[in-house]
Amino acid sequence: MLLSSPHRGARIAAGIGAAAVLATALTACGGGSSSSSADAGPAQPGGTLRYGLSQAPTCADPAQSGTNQTIYVARQVVDSLTDQDPETGELKPWLAESWDTDADASSFTFHLKEGVTFSDGTPFTAESVKKNLDAIVNTLTGAKAALGASYLTGYKGTTVIDPQTAQVDFAAPNAQFLQASSTPQLGILSDSSVAKSAEERCAGNISGTGPFTYADYQQDKSVTLAKRAGYDWGSDVFGHDGEAYLDTIEFSVVPESGVRTGSLSSGQLDAISDALPQDAPQIEGAGGQVLTTSNPGTPFGFQPNVTRGPLVDPVVRSALVPAINRQELVDTVLGPNFKPATSTLASRTPGYVALPDVTFDPEKAKSILDQAGWVPGADGIREKGGQKLSFPVLFSSVFAGNQAILELVQQQLKEVGVDLQLNLVSTPEATARQNAKDFDATYYNSTRADGDILRTQFGLEGRNLNSRGPIPALDDVLAKQLATTDPAARSALVADAQKQVLDNGLWIPTVELSQAIGAGPNVQDLKFEASARLQFFDAWISGR
Amino acid sequence: MIRYLGLRVLQAIAVLCATFTVSFAVLFLLPSDPVSIAVDSASTGTTVDAAAVAELQARYGLDQPVWVQYWNSLSHAVRGDFGYSIATGQSVTEAIGNAVPSTLALASAALLLAVVFGAAVAFLATYTRVHWVRNLLFSLPPLGVAVPTFWVGLILLQLFSFRLKAFPAFGDQGIATLVLPAVTLALPTGAVIAQVLAASLQTTWRQPFIEAARAKGASRWQIQTRHALRLSSIPAFTIAGVLVGNLLAGSVVVETVFSRAGVGRLTQTSVMAQDIPVVQGIVVLSSVVYVLVNLAVDLLYPLIDPRIVEGRRSSDRSGGADVEEKVHV
Repeated sequence: MLLSSPHRGARIAAGIGAAAVLATALTACGGGSSSSSADAGPAQPGGTLRYGLSQAPTCADPAQSGTNQTIYVARQVVDSLTDQDPETGELKPWLAESWDTDADASSFTFHLKEGVTFSDGTPFTAESVKKNLDAIVNTLTGAKAALGASYLTGYKGTTVIDPQTAQVDFAAPNAQFLQASSTPQLGILSDSSVAKSAEERCAGNISGTGPFTYADYQQDKSVTLAKRAGYDWGSDVFGHDGEAYLDTIEFSVVPESGVRTGSLSSGQLDAISDALPQDAPQIEGAGGQVLTTSNPGTPFGFQPNVTRGPLVDPVVRSALVPAINRQELVDTVLGPNFKPATSTLASRTPGYVALPDVTFDPEKAKSILDQAGWVPGADGIREKGGQKLSFPVLFSSVFAGNQAILELVQQQLKEVGVDLQLNLVSTPEATARQNAKDFDATYYNSTRADGDILRTQFGLEGRNLNSRGPIPALDDVLAKQLATTDPAARSALVADAQKQVLDNGLWIPTVELSQAIGAGPNVQDLKFEASARLQFFDAWISGR
Repeated sequence: MIRYLGLRVLQAIAVLCATFTVSFAVLFLLPSDPVSIAVDSASTGTTVDAAAVAELQARYGLDQPVWVQYWNSLSHAVRGDFGYSIATGQSVTEAIGNAVPSTLALASAALLLAVVFGAAVAFLATYTRVHWVRNLLFSLPPLGVAVPTFWVGLILLQLFSFRLKAFPAFGDQGIATLVLPAVTLALPTGAVIAQVLAASLQTTWRQPFIEAARAKGASRWQIQTRHALRLSSIPAFTIAGVLVGNLLAGSVVVETVFSRAGVGRLTQTSVMAQDIPVVQGIVVLSSVVYVLVNLAVDLLYPLIDPRIVEGRRSSDRSGGADVEEKVHV
């Protein structure tokens, strides 16, 4: 019936058009990680920020949040035990003043701030921590709180040592839990909110300790957040103390990017999600700017299924890395707000190291393939033992630039004699075929501000879309980083893991994803947190 | 008359059952399962425990054999219970209930505009004797059907919202937010009305009874308003079902462009997310509306033209030829 709406066609067309105009449209667009208040004077409290979301939040409950648009809203309502500095990746105090970790990273003791209250008036204590984590594991479970539950894998329980001290225990080392304690998924809600069912929590009638509270939540339509009076326990990452500046934040769901941009430049909205690169000149023309930051986690890349097609050959996988001209991908398709990938982790992930092998060197790619006996055939495509060096890549248009990027990669690979076929499918179908491991290679990225993403994505016990068998050195380092609490030692292990993922040809990186938030001229200090999502605490409206 | 009625009602029930079954089959045959999609989209690429997916599947009964799932959803649907949205956890009845008022306002405003302007174009096109006006008016309906709704919506927004700032660009509160989307949605629907009505009016004007009326001294205006219009409105009336379909399909586009949280946008997002319970609920709702409109049309026919039921009884008389007998000037 209504399955293929003209809208969808138009959106795909817009994506293709976007890619075409990007190169010229974006040359004037600079990127900063937050808007500057240098010439706007001191921060003024008060006012309403009207924000345009690109899709409806799926749920009001931070524990059940996953999509960016959901987190933009839910993040403001809860505080977390810790906060992560977006610049350094370091963990800072928030609801916990300090914390201790035991030697093997299986027990974490949080010393909580005093005098913190939920917006329903009840006090925040160690008991609140226990109830929240218990609920994620026992009530919501992985079915409703996919991310939260995955952070709590092996959760044994929380012990209330005294009202201001909570000890969280795991059955096995779980070093990633400290970073996880800074995420909105493990944000702390009041006892009465935690006692509700998953569905009730989604409907918006919940209270946290955060700088904003839900004033109105209408699924699919709009959300209004109101400032929490008396808020005085902000994280060390925040730019100021005390209450938030904004009185209210009004989120409206505006799915069409052109309508979001038009509403921003005509003053009907103050800031918008997912500003497409071709919309940047219009936003800047109206005195606004596009705020960008690069996502931590794994950059976009190819994940080969090592049990199928020519990618079974590790030599072929290693030859693909130098065959891709990443700078050209950025320059031609995405523009200066984006970065070429330089490792199997994105550059803003804690523990990231640049890998010298992630360079463009087509001669190297050719010689690797020559030596392995892949000889160019009559059509220029290499062959070996009657098999063509040709494979399809499975992808969807989750990110508008995907198709244009892959078309260019297709040309680049052809230069070295590799035939890449593009297999564009709907997002649901891509998910289904990924789960069934029905692909030769798949193309995507994932966001997480912790190196443990390598374990969940490439570990034998993780998603392992590579369908690989044991690789003892890699398996060992992935396990070890989870048992190491010292940040420097853990970073060294994560660095090793990054290199091994590349050397084994488990990920062929292309470009890093960037967030692009359009902000009007009066929006000041709207900031990204460490996972590249928005934090409205320091934001304020100038010139009102 | 009773038999005619009973037959129509039975047909309506059969159509409802068929749409439910077909939509269930289509959704079931899609290559992916909704739980993996929901979990996956909620986790932005991070690994999700297989046990968690299995648990969610069990919660929604998706681990049962297909015929059990079909029977469960059908028996619940009969009682008006369509279960819970997999994407948001909201009850389907509530999700659709929240979306209906917005779409109802949009669709009725659009239908009103479409009928008024569609009829006006058809009326003037067949009435006027000025050649170029006639040609211009006759070229409007095909144009209205041909231009993409999506594009029209964006042009209207660009002009009336972003440039002139006369109407808000998004939201669905009050009349101001209704004007642009209603005009956008009315365009293709009005064009269909105009096209059908104009063609029908032209045919009617060529009927012999028009000559008879003229001979008796009726003016062109009298013929158009008293005779031609009434007779010609039957085909336009017949396509009411199609128009309702047009409005529902058009609302998918219009509600997305104008950021209205109605049934159309709910359809779009639910289909994208393969949120089976919500899609099923919407399919059943749309077919109920469609069936009711057609039933109403069928039941109203005899009031406009009694020959439709009589024709069934005697079945030897057909329209057209005996039209002349009905003329009383």
